[in-house]
Amino acid sequence: MPDNTATSTLDGIAHEPGVAKPDAVLVADSVVRRFGGLKAVDVEHAEFQRGAITALIGPNGAGKTTFFNLLTGFDQADSGSWTYDGKKLSGVPAHKVARRGVVRTFQLTKALSRLTVMENMKLGATGQSGESFLRALVPPLWKRQEKAIEARAEDLLERFKLDKKRDDFAGTLSGGQRKLLEMARALMVEPRIVMLDEPMAGVNPALTQSLLGHVKDLRAEGMTVLFVEHDMDVVRDISDWVIVMAQGRIIAEGTHEAIGRNQAVIDAYLGAHHDAPLTEAEERQQLEEADAQLAAEAQQEHAKP
Amino acid sequence: MRRTRSVLLLALIGLLVLGGGAAHAQQDEEGESIRGTIVQRPEEGEPVPVPGVEISVTMGGTEVEGSPVVTGEDGSYLLELPGPGDYSATLNQDTLPEGVQLTNPDRATLEFSLRPNQSRPLLFPLGEGRERGSQFVARAVQLFAEGIKFGLIIAITSVGLSLIFGTTGLVNFAHGELVTFGAIIAWTINVLLGIPLVPAGIIAMLVGGISGYLLDRGLWSPLRKRGTGLIAMLVISIGLSLLLRSAFNFQFGGRTRPFAQYAVQRAVDVGPFQLAPKDILSILLSVAVLVGVALVLQRTRIGKAMRAVADNNDLAESSGIDVERVIGFVWFFGAALATLGGILLGLAEQVSFQMGFQLLLLMFAGVTLGGLGTAYGALLGSLVVGLFVQLSTLVVSPELKNVGALLILILILLVRPQGILGSRERVG
Amino acid sequence: MDFGLIIRNALRAAFGDFAAVYALAAIGLNMHFGYTGLLNFGQAAFLALGAYGIGVTVTYLGLSLWVGIAVGIAAAVLFALLLGIPTLRLRADYLAIVTIAASEIVRFLVRSVTLSDYTGGSFGLSNFADQFYALNPLDGTQYGIGPIQYTGRQTWVLLVAWSLVALMTLLTYTLMHSPWGRVLKSIREDEDAARSLGKNVFVYKMQSLVLGGVIGALGGFMLAISIQSVQPDTYSTAITFFAYAILILGGTARVFGPVIGSMLFWSLLSLTDNVLRQAVNAGYIPPSILDGTQIGQVRLMLVGLGIMLLMIFRPQGIFGDREEIALDAR
Repeated sequence: MPDNTATSTLDGIAHEPGVAKPDAVLVADSVVRRFGGLKAVDVEHAEFQRGAITALIGPNGAGKTTFFNLLTGFDQADSGSWTYDGKKLSGVPAHKVARRGVVRTFQLTKALSRLTVMENMKLGATGQSGESFLRALVPPLWKRQEKAIEARAEDLLERFKLDKKRDDFAGTLSGGQRKLLEMARALMVEPRIVMLDEPMAGVNPALTQSLLGHVKDLRAEGMTVLFVEHDMDVVRDISDWVIVMAQGRIIAEGTHEAIGRNQAVIDAYLGAHHDAPLTEAEERQQLEEADAQLAAEAQQEHAKP
Repeated sequence: MRRTRSVLLLALIGLLVLGGGAAHAQQDEEGESIRGTIVQRPEEGEPVPVPGVEISVTMGGTEVEGSPVVTGEDGSYLLELPGPGDYSATLNQDTLPEGVQLTNPDRATLEFSLRPNQSRPLLFPLGEGRERGSQFVARAVQLFAEGIKFGLIIAITSVGLSLIFGTTGLVNFAHGELVTFGAIIAWTINVLLGIPLVPAGIIAMLVGGISGYLLDRGLWSPLRKRGTGLIAMLVISIGLSLLLRSAFNFQFGGRTRPFAQYAVQRAVDVGPFQLAPKDILSILLSVAVLVGVALVLQRTRIGKAMRAVADNNDLAESSGIDVERVIGFVWFFGAALATLGGILLGLAEQVSFQMGFQLLLLMFAGVTLGGLGTAYGALLGSLVVGLFVQLSTLVVSPELKNVGALLILILILLVRPQGILGSRERVG
Repeated sequence: MDFGLIIRNALRAAFGDFAAVYALAAIGLNMHFGYTGLLNFGQAAFLALGAYGIGVTVTYLGLSLWVGIAVGIAAAVLFALLLGIPTLRLRADYLAIVTIAASEIVRFLVRSVTLSDYTGGSFGLSNFADQFYALNPLDGTQYGIGPIQYTGRQTWVLLVAWSLVALMTLLTYTLMHSPWGRVLKSIREDEDAARSLGKNVFVYKMQSLVLGGVIGALGGFMLAISIQSVQPDTYSTAITFFAYAILILGGTARVFGPVIGSMLFWSLLSLTDNVLRQAVNAGYIPPSILDGTQIGQVRLMLVGLGIMLLMIFRPQGIFGDREEIALDAR
């Protein structure tokens, strides 16, 4: 890995749950979310370092995605608070979280199927005057801005190698391409923090490498990256810091080398192993099926005169 | 000032207003007249005409020629009036038979104006008047019993609606037609084939259940296999509802018809309530059936499987449950119960081609109130809706009783969208 | 059978007042369902509010028809807000239930005895649109092309109604080619995705509900003006179901879908109606199978069946492109 300031500033930080970071951009305190009697999330304290790639890992059902949903306003916590850049972020509705520069992606990709790839991208831009109802009625008021947005979108599409697909419906993309589109679209928001929910799930190995490369690029551009992953191997290459969750709690923190040796983490993974993978496997299978179906449809489409 | 306020009021059409003013009517005949029929509408059965009721009409304080007019054997009256203008008509309440009174005694006098050549109908609705004090309590108690009866009927019909939603995600707008279909089948066997209602009802439940099963196999199951979206299926169910309802209207006609037995029964005193024997039986039967439903859901393999599929389709499938088979059973079970509900409703209010459709919104209200997709929620929610519909007539006019229930549905969604027993995650 | 008459009537129906009124209702629904994904099953109520808005203002308050139009629009906006605030945060199927319930509430209320002083109860109101006809610049008795002829009065109604349709179609086109329309479509596809990109989903849904509702109210105005009366049972759920049939027939989320759908729908209805009626009258269909009064029911059956078949086999509408809809299933 090339020289990286974030990693070096995290050197020497204690490897313990909830440890303070030298430059924390996101700080969460006593966050609890219950489903019925079950505490899905029960995080006492967590800090995320600015400009670093932090991986949130843990076995299935550890509460990683729920924690993500809470932080980004997509779910309501029963109690707890969190701040972004020192300002309160808890209780802020999801769309305002995004406008503040904290943008997330989803585990099951949310490509907007019946919008073209370009429309998907343009949607990501914030502060569009044409998105107000009255101004939308007068195209000259927003055409110039639209052109600028389009130019920016084209650059990003090129970077994510989707430029040839720009006028295709997003629904015709493969699973991996959707992941790329979602990430590119998130960048249209011009975020400060990017939160990726299992960006590598259901993606073939070749594409995984390219996705990892894009994630590193985000850090290189100064963004803070948080991502959820259940597979420890994936995080090895790119994460500056790893936070491990199990049963809603943070059970360990540290560099990935340290985490690999951590007994609590190994126990959590082994302990969870026999009851976890069914739904996971199913999910993969579903994604693969969807891909296969898409490929078949695409072929049919080509076969048409 | 007054005018602006009126405009505001108008903007609030569909909200609460009361008052006086002019109304309009159709023009049928030459010359000016008023007409109408004084009938008593009991809770059950045909309206009863009330003869011998005096209505006096005045213009500018003096009685017009021919006043007072007296209703004939069929309860109708017609009075030719001297010309267009403003009149006032008063129903003489002393001429009403014992036990019959105006729904609203304050409206015994109606002010109205006539246009040239207008024949204007005047309505004096009769019913159980508004009482106060202990009578109010007695009436509340009586309405409570009727609410229980009605709520149980809604509950029986909506178990299927809720289970179908739970197991397949389908919001079945054609569920009301299952109710109607069942009632019509029972009516056909009972009235046309002359088989007593009890065996006819049992046969109808079988026919209804099998039809539900076939409907699933023939329509919904193939659609599920094609991966048809839930919203598309909802729209299809609306089309199906319209198709079936019109077909019932075509075949059964627009009239309401009673079953051959138990159509008219005298109410008997049961503790503080007055109920007809058929109503008591309806309540007992409903309770027994619902307890049976609970036992099936709780104790039997198929019942547990139904709950498992409703709870989590994928999980149930992966643990070796044949989901399609369970769904087929849910349709059989739900449609048979809808049939029973239709028969009980037909007993209470006669059979008509749109009885189920009229019940549908109340079923939705009950199911939503209890939490979409939960069987027990549907039971509880339906009971509450039934009670509410009946008890609301204590304060609003009976013609508006469904409005209250539907408003409650909306309010519940506002406060607790997941329903009484639903879990928060069900709401997207 | 007089096929000339049958075809003439079908053509008249395609350009008639009902086709225009339902086109407006369906344009509104297209905004809701086609572009935003809102399952509004209460479109009938918006038409009712428009119609009663002018009816009550003119006959009860004695104000001008133009005030009535303002009242009707205000009522539609208010109704959309009342309906939207509790329900737009809910899932699509809940919205369907609530909207259909709300539209029935409106109908129950306007036909109730309690409000009959204002709304005329189950008889409704009539003769409130003289001001509209007074503006009629057409003094001839007969207008039309070839076999399709209308009286001067009808032509005036049709002129205004179809102009409104054209205007609303243009409005839809403009909006749907703007960033605003893009947000709407993204909400239809996945509202969480829209939210994650900083869009205030609730506000957009509300704007869509209000706009589509007001367009529906315009349909209500034209319906009430065209027949010079409002009756509560005109505004039953059947209007909503017809509007859905029209929308699906013409193709959802297509700018011209509602217009083409409505013209086709009404000419098809007229066609079946006339063919059946003539067949009954000529004795081709014995009265034991079908008598005159049952034709209306057959026609409703056909609409129901049509909705089902279209939704199952051609959800993209008869001219639509299969591919785009196929993307929706996943």
